[in-house]
Amino acid sequence: MGMTLTEKILANHSGNKQVKPGDNVWVDVDVLMTHDVCGPPAISIFEKEFGEGARVWDPEKMVIIPDHYIFTKDKYANRNVDILRAFAADQNLPNYYDVGTDRYKGVCHIALPEEGFTRPGEVLFGTDSHTCTAGAFGQFATGIGNTDAAFIMGTGKLWVKVPETMRFVFDGDRLPPYLMAKDIILQIIGDIGVDGATYRTMEFSGPGLKTMNIEDRMTLTNMVIEAGGKNGVVEPDEITEEYVRKRTDKPFTAVYSDPDANYHSTRRYNLEEMVPMVAKPHSPDNKATAEELEGTELTRAYIGSCTGGKLTDFIAAAEIINGNSLKLDTYIVPATTEIARGLETERFNGKTLLQVFKDAGCKIGRASCAACLGGPEDTFGRLNSDEICISSTNRNYPGRMGSKQAQVYLASPYTVAASAVTGKITDPRVFIQETII
Amino acid sequence: MIKGKAFVLGKNIDTDQIIPAAHLVYSLEDPEERKFYGRYALSGVPSEQSGLPEGGIPLVPEDKFETEFTIIIGGPNFGCGSSREHAPAALQIAGIRAIVSPGYARIFYRNSVDGGFVVPYESFEDLSSKVKTGDELEIDREKREIRNLTQDESYPIKELGSVADIINAGGIFAYAREQGMM
Repeated sequence: MGMTLTEKILANHSGNKQVKPGDNVWVDVDVLMTHDVCGPPAISIFEKEFGEGARVWDPEKMVIIPDHYIFTKDKYANRNVDILRAFAADQNLPNYYDVGTDRYKGVCHIALPEEGFTRPGEVLFGTDSHTCTAGAFGQFATGIGNTDAAFIMGTGKLWVKVPETMRFVFDGDRLPPYLMAKDIILQIIGDIGVDGATYRTMEFSGPGLKTMNIEDRMTLTNMVIEAGGKNGVVEPDEITEEYVRKRTDKPFTAVYSDPDANYHSTRRYNLEEMVPMVAKPHSPDNKATAEELEGTELTRAYIGSCTGGKLTDFIAAAEIINGNSLKLDTYIVPATTEIARGLETERFNGKTLLQVFKDAGCKIGRASCAACLGGPEDTFGRLNSDEICISSTNRNYPGRMGSKQAQVYLASPYTVAASAVTGKITDPRVFIQETII
Repeated sequence: MIKGKAFVLGKNIDTDQIIPAAHLVYSLEDPEERKFYGRYALSGVPSEQSGLPEGGIPLVPEDKFETEFTIIIGGPNFGCGSSREHAPAALQIAGIRAIVSPGYARIFYRNSVDGGFVVPYESFEDLSSKVKTGDELEIDREKREIRNLTQDESYPIKELGSVADIINAGGIFAYAREQGMM
């Protein structure tokens, strides 16, 4: 019987010819990623369980990317970065991206592909739920806790239950000009619910994917965890190949789902019929169309994070923001330092993106997770009281971006930008359709 | 047998509500810092949804580090959201020993089991509308049921299944040693 892409990767990495959903297998790990919040406790467990002087199983395969609490005065948060630095030095880890140096990257899920760690056909574990982002490259990638990470640090292995795969097929020859991958994944999460894919893989396929660039695909896989998914995958193609080859010389073997693979279920979406979507407070599946919420009062706009702080997200926002004054406090946080540099080089109508945002009065933050998950009180853009924020981030449970009195609406960078201009939730078609021929 | 008072919560209790991100800076090893995970456990749950059905009951009183409750009864999709292992750890540090929910988000479930923090039992139905915060409960793993001594009712729970060996061992490291893997 055929296997899905995910089943094949897990079979290849566990020494099995065939695996099926429900099997428990021990897989060999290609990459383990951790950051400043979960790295220190994982290191403590590693040292306790494997003994003083224990060595990481393969220093080339461990990647440490501090990104969560970076620009803060919190002494405990700063101590956690010190712990990572000391551990990386002691273990001679080549893939450590230290704060305050030229190597500093920012948000791990975007830094991983930029640095060539998201290779098709491989297995990546990370101590962060949005590790699933890397599935956009045809990798098996999922989030784990500190104990599991410590186990991998010592052994290079972890047990995995083989998930069933849900298939999402996209039809349509083009993404409408006002539609972003964020709208598609918010629609899907709204349809299946925040536990609609629990314990399962979400596999995205179909002709519509050809119209999505690698960053669009990363937005889709990033948010599978918001439906409870174990991992999300997109079959690698020439778009994947082109991106990965620019970033690494390491060999990899892409795998693909067999035509006779078994799926838990199949859903089809026609991209050309989809519309801008919003997730209302306080759950990512609390869906409405932007049009239905037109006029909803807001006090803040936020564009950033692994989901909505990539270069194409800022290009989209700039299309709408350019030349407008804004009615909301608007925060711009590039996910990585590479994207921050892109804001200074990428141009829209002759102006750099940075200039577009500065001219409109946006507040520009430094590359990091920033207010996406609240963090210490002095975090840039954090919602410290009863703000009503529209955000290109990924989660809006109570208190996610700071205060539990705050309300968060999740939307695409187009919808966030359109709403920043008017001060109320606004369907971006108001701005975009008239400029499209 | 796990016995004690129930603390009842609704559906989709995510890990930001279990332990808000601002508190993730404390060491889980240092005995003095570690206590703060207990103090702030479930502090992200909106007050009206904390301690159902009445609400307004914090798991841990403001000036305390431990709770009088032992068992959490949660609605579906318990522990969704971030992968922070600090979430099941915070519940354990606060004094919680078991959770009963009709379904878990998988990373939280796995962290609870592999780290040996709390036992995540699965119920067949959502008990959050039956059990009241403060009810005295008894979890009988052998008979696969929870007895509610306050209301004189009992509810069936599922077998722990393939993770029972890891739970019995006390976590993934203890299990791996038992199996001769390390």
